[in-house]
Amino acid sequence: MSLILIAEQVLNGLQFGIMLFLMAAGLTLIFGVMGLINLAHGSLYMVGAFCAAAVAAATGSFALGLVAALAGAAAAGALIELVVIRRLYDRDHLDQVLATFALILIFSEGTRWVFGSFPLYLDVPPALAGPVALPFGIQYPLYRLALIVIGLVVAAGLFWLIARTRIGVQIRAGENDREMIAALGVDIDRLYTFVFALGAALAGLAGALVGAIQSVQVGMGEPVLILAFVTIVIGGIGSIKGALIGALLVGLTETLGSVFLPELFKLFMAPAAATQTGASLSSMAIYILMAMVLIWRPTGLFGARA
Amino acid sequence: MNFKTLAKTVAMGGAVCAALATAAAAEVKVGMITTLSGGGAGLGIDVRDGFLLALEQSGRDDIEVVIEDDQRKPDVAVQLADKLVQSEKVDVLTGIIWSNLAMAVVPSVTAQGKFYLSPNAGPSQLAGRGCHPNYFNVAWQNDAYHEAAGAYAAADGSKKAFVLAPNYPAGQDAITGFKRGFGGEIAAEVYTKLGQTDYAAEIAQIRASDADILYYFLPGGMGISFMKQYSGSGAEVPVIGPAFSFDQGILGAIGDAALGVKNTAHWSKDLDVPGNAEFVASFSEKYGRLPSIYAAQGFDTALLLVSATAAADVTDADAFRAALKAADFQSVRGAFKFADNHHPIQTIYMREVIKEGDVVTNRLVGPAAEDYADPYGVDCKM
Repeated sequence: MSLILIAEQVLNGLQFGIMLFLMAAGLTLIFGVMGLINLAHGSLYMVGAFCAAAVAAATGSFALGLVAALAGAAAAGALIELVVIRRLYDRDHLDQVLATFALILIFSEGTRWVFGSFPLYLDVPPALAGPVALPFGIQYPLYRLALIVIGLVVAAGLFWLIARTRIGVQIRAGENDREMIAALGVDIDRLYTFVFALGAALAGLAGALVGAIQSVQVGMGEPVLILAFVTIVIGGIGSIKGALIGALLVGLTETLGSVFLPELFKLFMAPAAATQTGASLSSMAIYILMAMVLIWRPTGLFGARA
Repeated sequence: MNFKTLAKTVAMGGAVCAALATAAAAEVKVGMITTLSGGGAGLGIDVRDGFLLALEQSGRDDIEVVIEDDQRKPDVAVQLADKLVQSEKVDVLTGIIWSNLAMAVVPSVTAQGKFYLSPNAGPSQLAGRGCHPNYFNVAWQNDAYHEAAGAYAAADGSKKAFVLAPNYPAGQDAITGFKRGFGGEIAAEVYTKLGQTDYAAEIAQIRASDADILYYFLPGGMGISFMKQYSGSGAEVPVIGPAFSFDQGILGAIGDAALGVKNTAHWSKDLDVPGNAEFVASFSEKYGRLPSIYAAQGFDTALLLVSATAAADVTDADAFRAALKAADFQSVRGAFKFADNHHPIQTIYMREVIKEGDVVTNRLVGPAAEDYADPYGVDCKM
């Protein structure tokens, strides 16, 4: 196991974590500000990927595809907020889970109805294709490097939005005391629609970016959704900083665990058995991480709520 | 999402058809349980469309098909099977795509005296100790593609293989099958999570290894993700795989990244056997897309059913079973017969992914394993 391989795996973990952050940021905002469990967040990720694939296929431009993913997912998010989600704020979490689960089914079959049952084609733009040489002889896919950069830029933009702008102040205030900021004359309905659409757009962006190196197909959002929930529980619900740290922790644990646990078991087990035990244990690794964080800090790393 | 279609074959008339139809007096009712919604729907739709196409072309109007969607869920499949057997009173069942669903449904319906014709799943359990006289697999035993690929790689001069599969029974079977056929050295054996979408970590390991061939079994979306990431990574180990990751339904989504990859299958659209060109042409014309292996399997399953119902009455179980076993039909894969465990003896071919105009598809390279029969038959006592 060379140092180059280890460095490469750390980069892989970072890239995975950053993409997870785009999903988790929206989820944690929606949960934190509106107190809503949105299971349909993975569907918005899928909507983004399908919009990007359809527009990229029609125009031949990946950049236009990304724009379409942002716009399509934000529009879908705003629409479901206005039509469905708005009625759920005062209901308990079980009703929210039920209604947003229904949305998953509606989105999945709706997408299949529009785009057909076969996966769509979406490839990385030619300018970002192929590997790039990094210092110390590391060969790394350029597109994945671009994903890390885009993710970090979005993260910085989000921190700026929350910490420095008027709308950010309103979001933070809405998180703390909804009645009070409504009394101060902030249109809370519009704020909620905005936050929901913002979260949806981030999920759609992640779907489009990841869709280019994965498979754009119905149901692609659900596995990511589970990881995104683990991330926000680790990071602390409602905290953007927590979502970032949590996403990086989950990304690194997942990637490094799947590589190094089988190697670790090989030190004292037969190779075939070690591979299988290691693979099984590594798929548990993030849940073990979550359990440990929750024992140490029951509200997550940066969670404020009890 | 409950989905139900009642498809009845259209009468086409004609003296030949009438003669065929009179041979089977009673009407035959077929229950098809397959995956028509969700992520794996492409496979089930292809099997269904191939099956219905063959029925339509046979001109038989005494075969009724009830189609149900299992949503790729074993519990749903079991409920549907109960319904088809008890209230629809079907004589023959077919359609299941996934091995875990087949394991949940097949033993119980065959124990109730119904016939089951598998158009896809071929778990080793049902080929060996769990074989049943009323169970016929018209596709392949699960090991076939993998073992043939291993044999081909070894014959092709590869010495050291890197093998990759998801950590679940079919994935472990795939690796076992490949190793059995390959016989050479294994550089590393890596198990991924089922449904994993990011393979950066595994690809880095492949690049760091000294393997001269990469074999992977990642069906459906997993394979699409892997191949796209692999081709952009700068790794240069040549790839070989089973057709599940390189078939018509998903090649469009992988695109140029798959060009040149070798893959094993029992059928290819350019296979030069009687009836195959007609099948490809009529399927493309009717459905507006090229047929996949799954479509070919559905087509063959219906041909087998039609041949058996023409030769024997379905209510006479022994005669009908013998008629199925005889496999008196012209398969689009060429020579076909059943081994004693009711699994095919057939040639597995090597195909190569190429581009025809704008369409990414497969061309035939040559046989990878001739007259392949699965190794589980010895455990089958019936």
